[in-house]
Amino acid sequence: MSADTHHGHAADHGHAHGNGHGHGHGHGHDDPHGGAAHGSRKGYWIGFLLSVLLTAPAFALVMSGVIADPRLTAGIVMALAMVQIVVHMIYFLHMNTKSEAGWTMMALIFTVIIVVIVISGSLWVMYHMNLNMMPQMQAEMSSAGM
Amino acid sequence: MSDDLIKTIFGRLSLESFPIHEPILIGTFAMVALGGAALLGALTYFRLWGYLWKEWFTSVDHKKIGIMYIVLALVMFLRGFADALMMRAQQAIAFGGNEGFLPAHHYDQVFTAHGVIMIFFVAMPFVTGLMNYVVPLQIGARDVSFPFLNNFSFWMTVSGAVIVMMSLFVGEFARTGWLAMAPLSGIDYSPDVGVDYYVWALQIAGVGTLLSGVNLLATIIKMRAPGMTLMQMPIFTWSALVTNVLIVAAFPVLTAVLAMLSLDRYVGTNFFTNTGGGNPMMYTNMIWIWGHPEVYILILPAFGVFSEVVSTFSGKRLFGYTSMVYALIVICILSYLVWLHHFFTMGSGASVNSFFGITTMIISIPTGAKIFNWMFTMYRGRIRFELPMMWAVAFMLTFVIGGMTGVMLAVPPADFQFHNSLFLVAHFHNVIIGGVLFGMFAGVNYWWPKAFGFKLDKFWGTISFWCWVVGFWVAFTPLYVLGLMGVTRRLRAFDDPSLQIWFVIAAVGALIIAAGIGSMLIQFYVSIRDREKLRDFTGDPWNGRTLEWATSSPPPAYNFAFSPVIHDLDAWHDMKQRKAERPTEGFRAIHMPKNTGAGIILAGLSTVFGVAMIWYIWWLAALAFVALLAVAIGHTFNYDRDFHIPAEDVVKNEDARTRALQSAGI
Amino acid sequence: MSTMTQTPPGTENPVFYDLDEHEHPPGHSTMLGFWLYLMSDCLIFAMLFAAYGVYGGSYAGGPTARELFELPLVAVNTTMLLLSSITYGFAMISADERKRGAVLSWLAITALFGAAFLAIELYEFSNLIHEGAGPQRSAFLSSFFTLVGTHGLHVTFGLIWLGTLMVQVSRRGLVDANLRRLQCLSLFWHFLDVIWIGVFTFVYLLGVLR
Repeated sequence: MSADTHHGHAADHGHAHGNGHGHGHGHGHDDPHGGAAHGSRKGYWIGFLLSVLLTAPAFALVMSGVIADPRLTAGIVMALAMVQIVVHMIYFLHMNTKSEAGWTMMALIFTVIIVVIVISGSLWVMYHMNLNMMPQMQAEMSSAGM
Repeated sequence: MSDDLIKTIFGRLSLESFPIHEPILIGTFAMVALGGAALLGALTYFRLWGYLWKEWFTSVDHKKIGIMYIVLALVMFLRGFADALMMRAQQAIAFGGNEGFLPAHHYDQVFTAHGVIMIFFVAMPFVTGLMNYVVPLQIGARDVSFPFLNNFSFWMTVSGAVIVMMSLFVGEFARTGWLAMAPLSGIDYSPDVGVDYYVWALQIAGVGTLLSGVNLLATIIKMRAPGMTLMQMPIFTWSALVTNVLIVAAFPVLTAVLAMLSLDRYVGTNFFTNTGGGNPMMYTNMIWIWGHPEVYILILPAFGVFSEVVSTFSGKRLFGYTSMVYALIVICILSYLVWLHHFFTMGSGASVNSFFGITTMIISIPTGAKIFNWMFTMYRGRIRFELPMMWAVAFMLTFVIGGMTGVMLAVPPADFQFHNSLFLVAHFHNVIIGGVLFGMFAGVNYWWPKAFGFKLDKFWGTISFWCWVVGFWVAFTPLYVLGLMGVTRRLRAFDDPSLQIWFVIAAVGALIIAAGIGSMLIQFYVSIRDREKLRDFTGDPWNGRTLEWATSSPPPAYNFAFSPVIHDLDAWHDMKQRKAERPTEGFRAIHMPKNTGAGIILAGLSTVFGVAMIWYIWWLAALAFVALLAVAIGHTFNYDRDFHIPAEDVVKNEDARTRALQSAGI
Repeated sequence: MSTMTQTPPGTENPVFYDLDEHEHPPGHSTMLGFWLYLMSDCLIFAMLFAAYGVYGGSYAGGPTARELFELPLVAVNTTMLLLSSITYGFAMISADERKRGAVLSWLAITALFGAAFLAIELYEFSNLIHEGAGPQRSAFLSSFFTLVGTHGLHVTFGLIWLGTLMVQVSRRGLVDANLRRLQCLSLFWHFLDVIWIGVFTFVYLLGVLR
């Protein structure tokens, strides 16, 4: 049984085979970047303009206070930031699914998952801790915040 | 005025920092000093300094670095075990008005140092050393991806160990327990150097751990021999891959938490203080986000060792290889979702506690699946009870109990009874000794012939094995019992005389373990003495299945004269089955990295920096930091980092191997 | 078991040793290794963001984010970092075209923007400390200074690295090793920019909204 599954997977992960051979024939000066994508002048300009178009409204929204509801503003600002992070990843960091046989993308996805877990987990856990264990602190905080 | 000057020059360091009034420490110091002087004298007398410096300290060979890691682990293990014996002795006698022989401030340092040393400077270097030695050989590579970084990582770990050891004789170590929980570890409650020793030792060693994690990851991803797909990687390499993912993703968390703690202590920020809006519970939360993955960082390589050992000594392919791999990956993700089970009692309430209780129970499923896979591998196999296999069987029996008590602890309501009791202490020793340590001993017995070219003595190995297994159970069963009675951990003296018998039994167990350690040292000595009798000429003494057994023992600096080409999961077994011919001619020069002293110099400067920070010697800290930066930058100006092993040398090596194989009748 | 390890009948034994291998080119793992390091760095920042998230409202009776932060200054700072990102990009393009002089000039411009960013940040910090809103004042300010300061420290090391690389490029030219280093620093520099997006959004903008 293990023999069958094992062969099935060998086929799935065939790229690693090609990977191993790829190194064998590569020469140092051909590819000093280890397969990372190159940027073009146009790419950097697009990234830059998109960044400006995403940053400026975020600042403008908060500084002018056009939208009365701060929660809506916060939502928009966070959405803009998320988009801008993706823009930077694509146009400045040249992320794609192909460089290093997909390992950089894999590492990034894994990191994003862990980042989400530790930040949201900490906030969740600490919110409940404070609620249950430090009621006086909650009171202080809300009075200081107002 | 002159007082100020002395303060500027020496910081907090003064004559009182040296514990001349503590007879135990003076005695220890005398022994260490004599032993150290004898060792240094012998090294000088036999003119070994040059050899050590050239062949070992500056070496970038992954095999030598791996061995050095394990030597470090064994040395620190003796220190950590001495602490354990002191605790067992103290608790066995301190009853009914008898205060024992350790004063409180000393006892608190002992249990802190025991935990810190055993986790960070025994288990971690042991695991890292084994991965360093074995992984490149198993994937048919000549070295790791970043050989210099490997050397640097090792010396950073040593630097951390040196700082911990220094605290024994200069100043004191933390009295906070091994995780230095806030606010006890804050400047208000621990104003002296103890916690600073803790923080800087871990920060410096942590740099080494992190970089070695990056290094091994890149090695496994980029340096596999042609043909080796992911699903053809030996299972130990798989466990190393997952372990290093965990290292790279967990140790930064520790770095950040300790950095915040040191800011609290040095700058007066308010992260974990009781005042100024700080919140000590956040420290607990963050350190366990690192702490739980750390548990798996330690145990997964041991799982990898057992998988190799069980498969080799059962003469069968590992049962359920694919499920083993997926179990590893599932554990990798789930280990980030269980951290709160370390502090159910802190009061996050029912919703949070039940989430983390359930994830904790889920994570035991892949672990259980692995146990079944090992048993199915043994089922109808031709089992040879060599030493590594004995350790593996002992592991399975011991670890299952430890795992089950772990599931008991995972039930939040029950945890309110077990939390911080000796039951918990018994549980984590059960999994760390029965899992990690037994795994490392299995690994040492298994790969020793590869590293040195001769097997370890079986007689003394067997004695050591039985002492360890019996001693472990005698030492820790009483702690389970005491824990269920409600005895909490880290107590120095007791009132209830009916408890004493259990502590005496535990102390006897510790002595049996001491006999096990002694037998192990004798085993090493006897094996080295009788090495010609135990010699292995084949490079494959166990009829192994993976690539490390395809080369000579010990392997040449370049590991493989020609890269092996992989067609099957058990690549070396496959090569033997299909009578693969080892090439005996056509050798070429081999491109290898050069040795460098930069790693040891940088780590030395880090040690100076750490010590200066601990003692508030600001000028020295600044100087060391600038020097660190300068040496690091200077190192980048060295572009000439490689050389070629000439083809003649390769031919000479390989011809010797051919003759050895012929004399062994192969 | 035994059936699969035997050679199927009629097939030749496959090649078991690569007799005609080429070496791994030097630095073939560098980009991947550096990326993995950046991911670990990302987690340090994740913890600092988590701390800021938890402590963001712990003013301890002291000044609040809304009272302290000057968004126009932050906007200028963001611009500096963004400009330095694109100039570094131009340096990389010049490196691809093997124009050493252009690489050096673009690197110098990048360094100027980076230094401007740092100067503005230090100005902001000293202002805050002057107003009695130093890192010791409250947990909110502790986490603010630590998060923003850690980013600033990264920029500082980036600048030191950039200076070192400029010397190395001018001495040795655009050899493979230097191209690799430029590429690593490029990842580092753009990575810091990504972190800064998180900082100005979650710390400054949302702090003012809070």
